[in-house]
Amino acid sequence: MSAVVSHRDFNAQLKKYYSFYTGGFILFVLALAVGEQMGMSRAWIGYWFLFSTIALYAAIGIMSRTVDAAEYYVAGRRVPAFFNGMATGADWMSAASFIGMAGTLYLAGFDGLSFVMGWTGGYVLVALFLAPYLRKFGQFTIPDFLGARYGGNIVRSIGIFAAILCSFTYVVAQIYGVGIITSKFTGLEFGIGVFVGLAGILVCSFLGGMRAVTWTQVAQYIILIIAYLTPVVWLGVKHTGIPIPQIAYGPTLQKIGELEKKFTADPKEQEARGLAKAAAAEATAALKDPVKAATERRAALEQRLAKAKADNAPDHVQKSIQQALNNTPTDPAKAQEYWSARRNLGANANPPRPHATPYPGATEQARDTARLNFLGIVFCMMFGTAALPHILMRYYTTPSVRQARTSVFWSLFFIFMLYFTAPCLAVLAKYDVYSYLVGSQFAQLPAWAAAWRQVDPALLTITDLNFDGIVQLAEIAIGGDIIVLATPEIAGLPYVVSGLVAAGGLAAALSTADGLLLTIANALSHDLYYKMLDPKASTARRVTVSKVLLLVVAIVAAWVTSYKPGNILFLVGAAFSLAASAFFPALVLGIFWKRANKWGAIVGMVAGLAICMYYMSVTYPFFRDLLGITAPIASYQWFGINAISAGVFGVPVGLLTIFIVSLLTPEPERQVQELVEHVRYPNLAGDIDTRAT
Amino acid sequence: MQLTERHQEYWRKNLTITAILLVVWFIVTFVEGWYARELNSVTFLGFPLGFYMSAQGSLVIYVVIIGIYARYMNKLDKVYDVHEGEDE
Repeated sequence: MSAVVSHRDFNAQLKKYYSFYTGGFILFVLALAVGEQMGMSRAWIGYWFLFSTIALYAAIGIMSRTVDAAEYYVAGRRVPAFFNGMATGADWMSAASFIGMAGTLYLAGFDGLSFVMGWTGGYVLVALFLAPYLRKFGQFTIPDFLGARYGGNIVRSIGIFAAILCSFTYVVAQIYGVGIITSKFTGLEFGIGVFVGLAGILVCSFLGGMRAVTWTQVAQYIILIIAYLTPVVWLGVKHTGIPIPQIAYGPTLQKIGELEKKFTADPKEQEARGLAKAAAAEATAALKDPVKAATERRAALEQRLAKAKADNAPDHVQKSIQQALNNTPTDPAKAQEYWSARRNLGANANPPRPHATPYPGATEQARDTARLNFLGIVFCMMFGTAALPHILMRYYTTPSVRQARTSVFWSLFFIFMLYFTAPCLAVLAKYDVYSYLVGSQFAQLPAWAAAWRQVDPALLTITDLNFDGIVQLAEIAIGGDIIVLATPEIAGLPYVVSGLVAAGGLAAALSTADGLLLTIANALSHDLYYKMLDPKASTARRVTVSKVLLLVVAIVAAWVTSYKPGNILFLVGAAFSLAASAFFPALVLGIFWKRANKWGAIVGMVAGLAICMYYMSVTYPFFRDLLGITAPIASYQWFGINAISAGVFGVPVGLLTIFIVSLLTPEPERQVQELVEHVRYPNLAGDIDTRAT
Repeated sequence: MQLTERHQEYWRKNLTITAILLVVWFIVTFVEGWYARELNSVTFLGFPLGFYMSAQGSLVIYVVIIGIYARYMNKLDKVYDVHEGEDE
C-alpha cells in the first residue's frame, strides 16, 4: 500500500513544482518585457534569456545528481505518464523541428507535410508495438532487449553499433543548432557558441544521467511550447481574428491560392522572374571573384542612379537604386555572402509553387515520383520514430506498463501541440509576405523585413531587380529558418518575445542533444563495458565510467560539429532511415513472433542496415563524391526514391530476412520463449523478473 | 510458467485491437497520402481536404488511436487479471 501512496504523492508534488515553475517563468518574461519598456537593450534581453535558462537547467541537473544505477539509467522508474510525456516531447523535438519545420513548410508547401505526418504518426507504432513491452522487460537500454531476446553478444554488438551510428548522426545536427542559436542571439562566434551550448548540455546530464535529463526536459518542454505558441496565436488573431489559428486558417490559405494565381499572371512578376534567373546566373559567375563583381555592380548602379536623376524618375525609384547601391558590399567576406544569397534568387525563376497542391510537377511521371517520395519520407520518419533508441529508452522510466501506454498518449499529445501549429504558422507567415511585403516600396519596407535583411542575406534577400521601386514576389529570396525567428516581429510583438523564441529553440536543441548523448554513453558504458567487458564491475564504477564516456562523446561530437557538416535535414533523415532499418524489424518480431531467433536477427539487422547504407552511398551526392561515383544518380535509384528515404528498402529487407533465416535455423530455446510470454503480459502469476538493477 | 486459456484470449484480443488500429493508421496515412490530389477537390472548414488531413486531420486521429489503445488495454488488463498491483 505504501508504494501506492508514494507514487500518487510524488505525482502531486511534481504538479505543484512545475506549476510554480511555469508561473515563475511567465513572471520572468513579463519582468523582462517591463525592462524592455524601460529601455533595456536587446543584447541584454538575449543574455538574460540565454544564461538564466541554462542556469535553471543546471540547477535541476545538480539537484538530480545520483550514483545509483537505476536512477542514473532509468530515472528510478518512477516518472509519471504525464511528465514522461513532456520529457519525451522535449527529447523528440529538436532544433530542426522548432526552427526549421515551419520554414520547410513555407518553402515546400504540401510536400513538406511528409515530416509533420511522419514525426507524429510514428508514435502509433511506438504505442502499439513497443512501449508497453519494453517497459515490462524493464532493463536499461535497447541493446539490452536485443541481447536478452536473441542471446549472445553478436546481436548486442550490432545493436550498440547501430545505436551509436544513428544517435551520433543526429546529435551532430543538434549541437550545430545550439551553435547557431547562441551565436545569433548573443553575437558570440559560432565555435564559441558551440562550446557554451555544450556546457549547457553537459550540466543537465553529466551528474544525474537519465534522472537529471528527465526533469530538465520537462522544464525545457514548458519553455519551448510557450515560446512556439505565443507568437503564432498573436499572428493568428491578427489575420483570422480567432485565437485558435490552427483551425481557422482555411480562408487564409484560400487567399494565398488567389494571390499565387495573381502573381503567376502578373506581367511585372513575369518580368521579375526572368530577371531573377539572370541575377542568379550573374551571381554564380560573380562568385569566382566576388569583390571585382561587386565593384562592377556598384559602378553600374551609380550610372543607373545618375540616369534616373537626369530623367527625373519618381522619388521611390531613386531611393530604391540608392539602397541597392548601399547594400552592395566590396568587403571580401561580405561580398561572398552577398553573391551566395543572390544565387538563391534562381528559385524565383518559376511561378510560385501552389501551397496547398500535393505533388506538383511538369509531367504525370514527375508527379507520381513526387508522390512516391512523399510517402517514402513518411514511411521512414514513422518507422525511424519507432526505432530511435533515445526515444524508446524513455518508456523504461515509467512506474508500470499501464503508465507506459498512457505515457505514449501524452508524448504524442505534447508533440502534436507543436506539429499541429507549424503548418498554420507557415501559411500565416506566407500570407503576411504575399500581401504586405510584396507590393510595398523599397524605401518603406515593413519593419521586420528591413531589419532581417541586414542580419543575414542568406535568411532574407530583397532586391529591386527591375528598378521600379516596388517589391515583387520574385525579388524575395527567403531562407526557411527566418519564419520562426522573425514571427514575433512579423506579428508586431516586442523584442522580448524574440528572446523567448530563442530560448525555446535552445531548449529544443539542448533537450534532444542530452537524450542522444546519454544514449551513446549508455551504449558504451552499460552495453559494451558492463555487459560484455567487465560484468563484475560495481554499480558506482559503472556510473562513473558512464559519466566519463558522456564527457568524451560530447567533446567528440562538438569537434565534428565545428567542421559545419552541411545539410541538417539530410543528417536527421539519414539517422531515421538507419534506425528504422536496423532496429524496427528485430524489435517488433522479437515481441510478436516467438519463432524469431538469433541467426535471423543477426542476418536481418545486418542486411537491413547494409541495404540502407548502400542505397545512401550510391544516391547521395556527398557519399558519391567520396566514393568517386560518376554515373548519373538516376541509374542507381530504385523507383526514383531519394537517398533520405533509403529506409523504405531497409525495413522490408530486414523483416523478410529475419523471417526466412529464422525458419531455416532451429527455433529459440524454451527460456527465450518464456521471456517473450513474460513481456506480453503486464503481470503473470509465477512470472520471471527481468528488471535490471 | 503455464499460460492458461484466459491468457491466450487476452493476447488474441490485444492482437485484434492492434490490427484494427493499425488499419486505421494505414488509411489516414498512406491511403490518404496516395489520394491527396483527389481529396483536395473537396472543401472542409475552408481547407482543401487533402491538405487539411495531412496538416491537421491525420495528426488528430493519431492522438485518438493511441488514446483508445491505452484505455482499452488498461481495462483489458483488469478484466483478464493481468494488471499490476503497485500502480495507482
